[in-house]
Amino acid sequence: MTLPNTSSENHEVLLRMEGVYKSFPGVQALSDARFELRYGEVHALVGENGAGKSTLMKILGGIYHMDAGQVYLEGRAVEIHSPRMAQDLGISIIHQELNLMPHLTIAQNIFIGREPRSKISFLMDDKTTNQQAENLFKLLNLQLDPTTKVSDLTVAKQQMVEIAKALSYNAKILVMDEPTAALTDTEIEELFSVIRQLREKGVGIVHISHRLEELKQISDRVTVMRDGKYIDTLQTQAAPINQIISLMVGRIIYESAPELPENPSQEVVLEVRNLNSGKLLKDVSFSLKRGEILGFAGLMGAGRTEVARAIFGADPYDSGEIYVKGQRVHIKSPGDAVSQGVGYLSEDRKRYGLALGMDVKENVAMAAMKKFLSWLGWVDFKRTAARGQEMVKALNIKTPSLEQKVKFLSGGNQQKVVVGKWLTADTDILIFDEPTRGIDVGAKSEIYKLLNDLAHQGKAIIMISSELPEVLRMSHRVVVMCEGRVTGVLNASEATQESIMKFATMRGSVVQASA
Amino acid sequence: MKSETKTAQTLFRSDAMQRLMAFSALIVLSIGFSVASPYFRTFDNFVGILLATAVNGVLALGVTFVIITAGIDLSVGTVLTFSAVLTGVFITNWHLPIPLGILGGVLAGSLAGFVNGTLISRMKIPPFIATLGMLYATKGLSLVISELKPIYFNDTPAFREMAMGSILGKIIPGFEVPNAVFILFGAAIIANFILTRTVLGRYTFALGSNEEATRLSGVNVAAWKTAVYTLCGFFAGIGGVLMASRLNSAQPALGAGYELDAIAAVVIGGTSLSGGEGSILGTIIGAFIISTLTNGLRILSVPQEWQMVVTGGIVILAVFLDILRRRR
Ligand SMILES: Nc1ncnc2c1ncn2[C@@H]1O[C@H](COP(=O)(O)OP(=O)(O)OP(=O)(O)O)[C@@H](O)[C@H]1O
Ligand SMILES: [Mg+2]
Repeated sequence: MTLPNTSSENHEVLLRMEGVYKSFPGVQALSDARFELRYGEVHALVGENGAGKSTLMKILGGIYHMDAGQVYLEGRAVEIHSPRMAQDLGISIIHQELNLMPHLTIAQNIFIGREPRSKISFLMDDKTTNQQAENLFKLLNLQLDPTTKVSDLTVAKQQMVEIAKALSYNAKILVMDEPTAALTDTEIEELFSVIRQLREKGVGIVHISHRLEELKQISDRVTVMRDGKYIDTLQTQAAPINQIISLMVGRIIYESAPELPENPSQEVVLEVRNLNSGKLLKDVSFSLKRGEILGFAGLMGAGRTEVARAIFGADPYDSGEIYVKGQRVHIKSPGDAVSQGVGYLSEDRKRYGLALGMDVKENVAMAAMKKFLSWLGWVDFKRTAARGQEMVKALNIKTPSLEQKVKFLSGGNQQKVVVGKWLTADTDILIFDEPTRGIDVGAKSEIYKLLNDLAHQGKAIIMISSELPEVLRMSHRVVVMCEGRVTGVLNASEATQESIMKFATMRGSVVQASA
Repeated sequence: MKSETKTAQTLFRSDAMQRLMAFSALIVLSIGFSVASPYFRTFDNFVGILLATAVNGVLALGVTFVIITAGIDLSVGTVLTFSAVLTGVFITNWHLPIPLGILGGVLAGSLAGFVNGTLISRMKIPPFIATLGMLYATKGLSLVISELKPIYFNDTPAFREMAMGSILGKIIPGFEVPNAVFILFGAAIIANFILTRTVLGRYTFALGSNEEATRLSGVNVAAWKTAVYTLCGFFAGIGGVLMASRLNSAQPALGAGYELDAIAAVVIGGTSLSGGEGSILGTIIGAFIISTLTNGLRILSVPQEWQMVVTGGIVILAVFLDILRRRR
């Protein structure tokens, strides 16, 4: 494949989508959506949750068929009927949801559908497959073993596999639907340097992200969508973030200044002592007070999620003590955890947070079913529906109805349903694992406000987040982890990006930090 | 499991360990029966077990593929009958040459599998329902075609020789192991090759692991799924021919219920019903566990009803052990 050697000066159009309409039962996902992509351009696509970004790109990828509209590729009108056709046309998409086959190895995943064959054409050549994967990783500077099973990888590593897979197609157009949502800053930087290389080669790149601060770093132009419609396309460098935000939400919202909730009481509601679990956790100790938001920072794989899952009873641990409100507890299952007043919002909402085939109200009620039973033991649908409605309103969940299956909601709205579920369970201790991943600016500040309110009401909150600004803005104290150890505990006054990063990269050494 | 080290755990959880466990179970079972009954450990009885495994083993090979895709095939038992009956019609009624008759029987099985696959992958009928329909349809068709009567192969002794003769016995006198056993092993080797080395095998795992991701990777999911069910029907066809050869007749009323034995063998062999995992070696071991059990219990004069109860217990125990293994 040869591409015209272009710089960003060259304005030749690679892709144009015009007048795209698409409806799903009960939802007009796209109405008159438009998009244009040039050779060697990084074009950001932004919009609130449910604006239709993913839908537009799935049409490009041959996954959905549009009701009306035109797609021009290099000036030619094309109709894309299947993912295979999209691939053959040089369109490669990294989907918002991870799309890997967990039982296969990394290399097998990357080359699925076009595995290197040996001389007899129906036989696979695994050696070459692994070798090619190896070469690809070298090119992308990734530390991955092609023969590892994907199910053994962390979410971040799986994301890197997806990226490597998409890049391996040598596509003319690369669409990335929130590729950075699960990555840490260093990983994002690596991804961006790969993107810049591709841009040099003339590849057109579509970048969907809710991290608006990223746009300036990487994109040339930005297109804003709202309610399935095209709103505007701007030169990124010339567009202030505020302008982009107000185009997205259709009104001007003021980013409230980082406001820290009142100092928490001194009552310790959760104490963890010397928690150990294989190689994952080593002597993890910390305490959480009533009304406190305790941030958990660290690089991907530092063990933050593992701590949460151990406390929540989702995974067994080897040794250690957990006290809830001064009482030693033995939490063996999530059910135990909920009855002890501990709730956990998983970082991987698809796998662990939602019953995808069930509807919005059922998901909201799920962790607190007892509350919705009538005295004879059946489910009180009226109350379930009322609660569902309440949460849809409070969290501004965008759904055509309470009966909509959650698998049909946009990513951000799914996350809000998970939040609604745990607010309904009403536990005193809430562990939020990456609560704003994949959530738009408006919803993000709603979630921040919500965390604040919850703390004010006396809930104790653990917030695991890979976005440092978020940790700094929201936490009373920050626990920093590295390689399964707690390397530092910082007060709000001491916590800065620099100090957190210092502890987060403190490999192999345990440091007593101020508590 | 708390005190175990990480590496021990990884080893314990590996697929190889699963097969080792199943194999050990087979050995323990054999030793147990040998101690309990001297007849069990005779050469003749050993051959009997091998022969009894042949048909179920071949059936289970195909079912392994289907179950790895997270599907199910309930029709293999009656598809087997269907193939046997058609083989009878071709050879005895139509006087076709034996190889052609065998080919016809195997093709009939593959065709049934192809129809299953088409119903499932193109018309989106759930595998359970589609193959349940096929179960009834082939059962009925077998009765219709045979006019409710067994078809005998009395004019063609060579047909019976195919499964029951012993080439090995001719080479090494005294070792009269029937050819059926070698047909099973041959089929297993081919199945293993397809599963581990070919593209079809790779997609079998991919489909069971994450069908949507496979589709989004540009794989023609419908076509490959159809191929998997066709392959399953193909093995059922071979099973049918073997069965007919062994009984020297096509019995239109026999075969229903065989699918359950086949599924049991696959499951005991460690193939996960939720898809994405499984092996041919495991399935073969599973099939041997079932026939060893049946054989041993019969020698110990355990009534047939109780043999079933024990088999049921073993299936559940095997799956439970597998779950324990996976738990970390
Ligand atoms: N398969 C589907 N069936 C029904 N409705 C759908 C389906 N896919 C998307 N939708 C709806 O279409 C609208 C647009 O969704 P889309 O996923 O494109 O949003 P998005 O801009 O990608 O949002 P996010 O930032 O949250 O990922 C939403 O209202 C969503 O609920
Ligand atoms: Mg989206």
